[in-house]
Amino acid sequence: MANNPFTPGIAAGRLPSGALDRNFADLHPPFDRHEALVAADRCYFCHDAPCVTACPTTIDIPLFIRQIATGTPEAAARTIFDQNILGGMCARACPTETLCEEACVREVAEGRPVEIGRLQRFATDTMMARDGHPYARADQTGKRIAVVGAGPAGLACAHRLAMHGHEVVVFDSRQRPGGLNEYGIASYKTVDEFAQAEVEWLLGIGGIKVAQDTRLSDGLDLEALIGDHDAVFLGIGLAGVNALRIEGADLQGVDDAVAFIANLRQAEDLSSLAIGRNVVVVGGGMTAIDAAVQSRLLGAENVAIVYRRGRDRMTASRYEQDLAASKGVRIVTHARPVRVIGDGTVQEVEFEYTRDGASGLEDAGETFRLAADQVFKAIGQTLEGAPDALQIEGGKIKVDESGRTSIPGVWAGGDCASGGDDLTVTAVAEGRDAAEDIHNAILAGKENVNETPRPGNEPG
Amino acid sequence: MANLACEFVGIRSPNPFWLASAPPTDKEYNVRRAFEAGWGGVVWKTLGEEGPPIVNVNGPRYGAVWGADRRLLGLNNIELITDRPLETNLQEIKTVKRDYPDRAVVVSLMVPCVEDAWKAILPLVEDTGADGIELNFGCPHGMSERGMGSAVGQVPDYIEMVTRWCKQNTRMPVIVKLTPNITDIRYPARASKAGGADAVSLINTVSSITSVNLDTYSPEPSIDGKGTHGGFCGPAVKPIALNMVAQIARDPESEGLPISGIGGVTTWRDAAEFLTLGAGNVQVCTAVMTYGFKIVQEMISGLGDWMDEKGHASVDDVVGRAVPNFTDWQYLNLNYVTKARIDQDLCIGCGRCFAACEDTSHQAIAINPGRKFEVIDEECVACNLCVNVCPVEDCITMEELAPGVVDPRTGQEVVADYGNWTTHPNNPGTCAAE
Repeated sequence: MANNPFTPGIAAGRLPSGALDRNFADLHPPFDRHEALVAADRCYFCHDAPCVTACPTTIDIPLFIRQIATGTPEAAARTIFDQNILGGMCARACPTETLCEEACVREVAEGRPVEIGRLQRFATDTMMARDGHPYARADQTGKRIAVVGAGPAGLACAHRLAMHGHEVVVFDSRQRPGGLNEYGIASYKTVDEFAQAEVEWLLGIGGIKVAQDTRLSDGLDLEALIGDHDAVFLGIGLAGVNALRIEGADLQGVDDAVAFIANLRQAEDLSSLAIGRNVVVVGGGMTAIDAAVQSRLLGAENVAIVYRRGRDRMTASRYEQDLAASKGVRIVTHARPVRVIGDGTVQEVEFEYTRDGASGLEDAGETFRLAADQVFKAIGQTLEGAPDALQIEGGKIKVDESGRTSIPGVWAGGDCASGGDDLTVTAVAEGRDAAEDIHNAILAGKENVNETPRPGNEPG
Repeated sequence: MANLACEFVGIRSPNPFWLASAPPTDKEYNVRRAFEAGWGGVVWKTLGEEGPPIVNVNGPRYGAVWGADRRLLGLNNIELITDRPLETNLQEIKTVKRDYPDRAVVVSLMVPCVEDAWKAILPLVEDTGADGIELNFGCPHGMSERGMGSAVGQVPDYIEMVTRWCKQNTRMPVIVKLTPNITDIRYPARASKAGGADAVSLINTVSSITSVNLDTYSPEPSIDGKGTHGGFCGPAVKPIALNMVAQIARDPESEGLPISGIGGVTTWRDAAEFLTLGAGNVQVCTAVMTYGFKIVQEMISGLGDWMDEKGHASVDDVVGRAVPNFTDWQYLNLNYVTKARIDQDLCIGCGRCFAACEDTSHQAIAINPGRKFEVIDEECVACNLCVNVCPVEDCITMEELAPGVVDPRTGQEVVADYGNWTTHPNNPGTCAAE
């Protein structure tokens, strides 16, 4: 092996493959049965449990944990999937430390919450390891719904609609379905092609067709979709990225963090992925953390996250920040990039220190430079490719509580829709709730409008 | 440090911790190791009469009930008395007693209910130099079907008869081991005393089925698809044992009868509780079957430290201290009024107190804004359920209302004087107070 962490510039194969395998193994290895029982036993089965309130999909957490504790992990999985059909990915990707586990009374009591995420994974993995799909479809309604985007929102919406007996077509712009589950989550959170396995399992309900490599405004037309279907759901995510509007931002080696993360997820061989010796990540969210940590795991010698405000303002959780630090990522706060320096390719980034002034962030009057062979921009994503006819609010498609957009017959959810917090689990909740609203809306006036089939194993 | 040395029916031991007659005391190898670990005495696993040895099942002998993390809460067994030749056991008892003269060695016996059988075995045991005998009238499985064990312990007349035979035919102290599988434990104890017993020991195991295999529909432990009832022991039976020990200790008819306390003794604290309720020493089995002989070190240090803290110089100082406080319901003070109090600083907001009270009790806990759980004094009957389901120690306590304070539930002032059911106006049998 020719390269190592000290190899100058951008190079592949900085670490031997064994080290790469170890680095990209499961961040939180699955519980075995006994570990799950012990972890489940710590749950107090709270009344009106705070963890449930904290879960965007309102999973009945105490119930599913009790079902694990009593030796019925598949019943636990049904409790989870009833609320969140992507409960398997959420068990892996959710920032539980700021959701259910932060609310856990044992976190309050002893600083060590019930490990809800890992328990959820134990339950969902157990059921998904079985043959077949646990839900049956209601009698076919003859209604057809178009879902644009096969990410968490679109998939959750499609599944719930299929369960209600509708026919669903999911249009997706990428090569593989899954959206950010497939392209956006750090590899060590979802190993072994879990995202694809989950999509395949979800589609097992039947009644859902997926059309890959099809995008709005490029062969797909919203008006035509409305015309051909009884309803349309848009779960198109945020396909654009914010630009770094500073000198040198176009130098070679200045890349989008989301593209880097996506490439990493799609890589067959991690040793073929090139990474800089010195990597600088600009931003303060989960994307910044994921890009920085994975840069280190690929063998970059020096990786720094630089964020313009203080740590408390970073949208990445404290847990994620600590994870990055534990992997050797340096976190620099109160600094904003002012110039990328290089000769064709990036060599350094110059930053200006900032401070919180009376009228917002202001320059502190001192600059510094960080050596950089590679710069990852993680300063936010933007809505792209949304049909012009839609009303936009705060850079996102405006929706009401049920996910209805400004156009009748069109719903939206997930990152592309207003409100929400750009989490997988929130996208699932929005997709699911929009599906229920679509179901009620298109069956309005019919006798069976309120007849909601109960999720379960019974034959359709 | 407090002196833990004991003398129980004339038998001395360096501490009150004996091993009960059970698998751990079935042979010399085990008993030597137990003594080396620090056990004060043993009751040797029950010997039967001379002849072909007992046969045990060749499948599982134990069933279990587990708590969190597979903590063993209760153990059930279908093992019989010793299945080793009588001569082997006698020889080993003799050797062990010779080598450990300061430890108590008591021999458990179970032979058929005929005087000759007892007459035959008693001299053999006496010859070993053992300190005493324990009559196994407790074993509820296997041997009871053959008219021994609990089959005797369930008939006070038989207890008295066999006890008397033994007293008449040996100089050794006779301890009668009682079965809990009866209605009122005082009758077997009285019968033991009437027969001349030097002491009783209790409880033996509780008849039980620990679980059913839901695939094979066989009770556990399963022997080729069938199960039988076994004897249940371990921490789960301790409350049953404490009550039975205490009932005998306060029964005027068996007053002064020494008691060896058995049943779920797992820690020094359990042992101390048995002692305070009238046991002169304790016998342990399940705890050592779970953790090994070493636990006696914790028992010795824990009991000693507690006795020092309380100023008790000897075990005798402790024995029976709680018995005067064990009374009948009718003598409990009905003028003692308490209310649950929730310490908001300790409360972690789980709401278990609310669920328990709201769903199953008196609707006396409110969820106030901010998930603040507070007691509604107007409804609280002080049942203690909230205390018991709260996962945080000392978070909920029962606070006594001072005399003169009005109980918001009843609208009555708390009375300073003691008053019980026997004098309560609602009691149809109340005699008018003078």
